[in-house]
Amino acid sequence: MKSGSKLEKLFNQGEFVVSGEIGPPKHANADIIREHARMLKEYVDAVNLTDNQTAIVRISSIASAVHVLAEELEPIVQMTVRDRNRIGIQSDLLGAYSVGVKNVLCLSGDHQSFGNHPTSKNVHDLDSIQLVKALKDMRDEKKFICGDEIKEHEPRFFIGAVANPFGDPFEYRVMRLEKKINAGADFIQTQCIFDMDRFERWMEQVRERGLHKKAKIMAGLMPLKSHKAAKYMQKFVSGMIVPDEIIERMENAEDKKAEGVELCVEQIKHLQQIEGVAGVHIMAVNWENIIPTIVEKAGLYPRPQIKE
Amino acid sequence: MIVAEGKPIAEVAKLIEDANKVLVVGCGGCVTVCLAGGEKEVGILASALRMLRKKEDKPLETVEITISRQCDPEYMEQLEKYITDDIDAVVSMACGVGVQFVAERFNKWVVPALDTKFAGGALEHGVWGERCGLCGECILYKTGGICPIIRCSKSILNGPCGGSQDGKCEIDTEVDCAWQLIYDRMKTLGKLDKLLEIEPIKDWSKSRDGGPRKVVKEDVMIK
Amino acid sequence: MSDFQPKIVAFCCYYCAYSAADLAGSMRLQYPPNIRMVELPCSGKTDIRVVLEAFENGADGVYVAGCLEGDCHFLKGNIMAKRRIKQAKKLLDEIGIGGDRLEMFNLSGSMGPRFAEVAEEMTEQIRKLGPSPLNPAYKEKKETASKEEAQ
Ligand code: SF4
Ligand code: SF4
Repeated sequence: MKSGSKLEKLFNQGEFVVSGEIGPPKHANADIIREHARMLKEYVDAVNLTDNQTAIVRISSIASAVHVLAEELEPIVQMTVRDRNRIGIQSDLLGAYSVGVKNVLCLSGDHQSFGNHPTSKNVHDLDSIQLVKALKDMRDEKKFICGDEIKEHEPRFFIGAVANPFGDPFEYRVMRLEKKINAGADFIQTQCIFDMDRFERWMEQVRERGLHKKAKIMAGLMPLKSHKAAKYMQKFVSGMIVPDEIIERMENAEDKKAEGVELCVEQIKHLQQIEGVAGVHIMAVNWENIIPTIVEKAGLYPRPQIKE
Repeated sequence: MIVAEGKPIAEVAKLIEDANKVLVVGCGGCVTVCLAGGEKEVGILASALRMLRKKEDKPLETVEITISRQCDPEYMEQLEKYITDDIDAVVSMACGVGVQFVAERFNKWVVPALDTKFAGGALEHGVWGERCGLCGECILYKTGGICPIIRCSKSILNGPCGGSQDGKCEIDTEVDCAWQLIYDRMKTLGKLDKLLEIEPIKDWSKSRDGGPRKVVKEDVMIK
Repeated sequence: MSDFQPKIVAFCCYYCAYSAADLAGSMRLQYPPNIRMVELPCSGKTDIRVVLEAFENGADGVYVAGCLEGDCHFLKGNIMAKRRIKQAKKLLDEIGIGGDRLEMFNLSGSMGPRFAEVAEEMTEQIRKLGPSPLNPAYKEKKETASKEEAQ
């Protein structure tokens, strides 16, 4: 066992893991985080806490994780390399582990020009792959980035990274995933999938390289509330592919929300059939309360327990 | 070269609003080449400043001079005879380096007329692009001659990030994704396997993060 | 202010506007006498610095007349002139002289009447704008205006 996190244990048990996502609020009260945690804890195995997503200032992912832990839900702390240098990052990692966080997801982070502080300086002292490596070295080599030994109580994280099968250059995407896994990623969460064909082509390459055996791949999903959201993502979110059929399907549906749920459930059932997909990560942005319904309809409820 | 761009005239005018007579100094180096601070631009700025002030009934006298390079003390001597007592301010049309050299040398109020942008080159006549982030330890040999430090919006050394699409960077569809360029180039060169190596964490102390830098080449020193 | 006679400098390309002016003359067409012409070998010789200096030295308006687009004797001189005029207009706006005191016109050597028309149009435009802020007449005008207001 690398970290002993619940996430790691469930993967080791061979369970089809389900994670959710909570976006912390833009103020200093965490009630909403707690509320979402209580709502989700029966339905997901762990939950991502985003790190100032889209570069908008929010409660920090680590502080949010403390609230989630208090509600007895397993946190996955997202950590971007946009806002902190290696000193800040390592210090925050030690802090996160000290409060009981055991899963970290490493990301580049959206460029600050997307957020509410576009005039800020960005850091990028490390990149996401180097962050993965740093986490692994802390855990397995007991070393800080500078090479100094961590004499005791090294942080032992279950290391996550992201992959985007829909970004370009497509042929290089799997090579880069391999790089991340070689750097030390234990599990991977993908960008939200709408273009299932492309995802399957990508998974084929993943299997060719045997990467699904080296790391657990969780397929990212986003339930759609309306066709407008889908259209917006198709047009304005770079690194996302939303096929026209999906937009049409949503457009033609009478009850858009029900259709969105239906689509998501179908996607989950399909993904379960793909060799190498070890779980799903459901990102219901501003629609967290739909996750229980989706999980139930997909036949993934109740969630498995850890066997001792 | 260093690429710079003129500040708005009104902004420069504000910087010298108390002066009655200014010396406008052009530079014959990079800023002449990038058409921001050479002899011609000196003439335009001086004329515009005079008109603006005449309009406000506070006539401004200008003296115009362009020297070979403002970043070299050797050429600075040419300026000496223009820095007379009646000059209230010096408007430097060099990059930030030139402005500082003039300010260091003379006991005058020196103001910049340009915004210094980057180290780059001409992409076509009238268009310049950024190329080097002056990181102090060049890694271009690893990336097919394309700099990820300055041309990737996130300075990613093991790119591309998830935002790269259709060859463009996530920040703007007008900006090329450096990592797409690197990938394409390495593919053409038959060196894609190199991109599988994990580029280690960079030593930024060689960059300006290590504090202001100096280069010493003893073999050519005179003193 | 109808007695205001603007000083206008016209930079004219030798291949078109300058010949058109000649033609206008031999056709005995009337055009305002307040236009000072400067011959250019091509409108592509337009220099922002010289344009600014014209204003600095008392012009109320300036225009550059070059060949019709696509007909430049030197292929793209008039296109370059157009870009420079755009930039100079921006500068004139920034310093409060006003970009609309500067224009670019395109015509051919055989367009004598058009030349007279352009001179007319430009004079009218500048007359409407009044004297340049650098022209002593500008102040007088302002003073009279404020006096009138006070009355
Ligand atoms: S690697 Fe460093 S020195 Fe080389 S081009 Fe990039 S920033 Fe400049
Ligand atoms: S899209 Fe490309 S250039 Fe832009 S930040 Fe990502 S890797 Fe860098």
